[in-house]
Amino acid sequence: MGLLDQKFENSNIVVTTMDNLLNWARLSSLYQMQFGLACCAIEMMAASASNFDMMRFGVIPRATPRQCDVMIVSGTVTLKMASRIKRLYDQMPEPRYVISMGSCSNCGGPYWEHGYHVLKGVDRVIPVDVYVPGCPPRPEALLEGLIKLQEKIRNETMVKKKAV
Amino acid sequence: MTAQEIHDILKSQFGDAILEAKLENVPDPFIKIQTEKIKEAAEFTKSDERLQFDYLMCLSGVDYKGKLGITYHLYSMTHRHKIVLKIEVPTETPNVPSVESVWKTANWHEREAFDLFGFNFIDHPDQRRILLPDDWEGHPLRKDYQTPEFYNGMKVPY
Repeated sequence: MGLLDQKFENSNIVVTTMDNLLNWARLSSLYQMQFGLACCAIEMMAASASNFDMMRFGVIPRATPRQCDVMIVSGTVTLKMASRIKRLYDQMPEPRYVISMGSCSNCGGPYWEHGYHVLKGVDRVIPVDVYVPGCPPRPEALLEGLIKLQEKIRNETMVKKKAV
Repeated sequence: MTAQEIHDILKSQFGDAILEAKLENVPDPFIKIQTEKIKEAAEFTKSDERLQFDYLMCLSGVDYKGKLGITYHLYSMTHRHKIVLKIEVPTETPNVPSVESVWKTANWHEREAFDLFGFNFIDHPDQRRILLPDDWEGHPLRKDYQTPEFYNGMKVPY
């Protein structure tokens, strides 16, 4: 098993890779941008409250983008709001993730045809990691999206990918 | 007071400025009035002892295709009666006297009507957009409004 095998006498040592350690730390403490845009925000609040308790996954709402890891875009993104969303995203420290919650934020939702003031999908201004469908999605669906994001983070690596 | 009685009071005060009225078989009886007289009528309906319309419930713009209109929903807290006043203006020159000095509620309602329909409220103290961004072009609730292709570099259509 190599040079380090059976050499430690102190049992308080765990051996892992840097990738695993960083990914574990990141996915276990996803601090969330505390803001809501529309009715999806009500479901997001329900997901944060005691029945669903998003905090057990390490999701804690923070009131400033500078302390956040994940932005949950919960609701209709109007064109007026889009530039604000972009600015908030730019202020978040890397690595940063985005969950697009609900039909409006995914693709414009019910405003796709006649919504002159609605951005048809938040992915037109910021990159999105996980899309949660629904109008609005139930808290379980948001938690599913969160777990999907955690899976994504778990498989990240610092190694530069080579083109195949 | 019934809509008919309210109409009769306004008719005796303003005469020919009352253009049209539908007082029966509608959920909200309305009286159509000359645009130039609307501020005078507003002051009268508020101050008259028999009417006392002290509450402007809603002020909304309408596009009738070819002309624009404004609908005033009035209510009297004292007498518990209500009435609707209507005016019409040409789309090309949508100048309407502001009733902001009569009901302060009208300030933001008229800003909204300006924002979405492009009315010009004469003597409004602060006529600027209230919902849309300041650099928006056009007035979206007009029937001939065309959705822009781009807004600040963001594609608008689906």
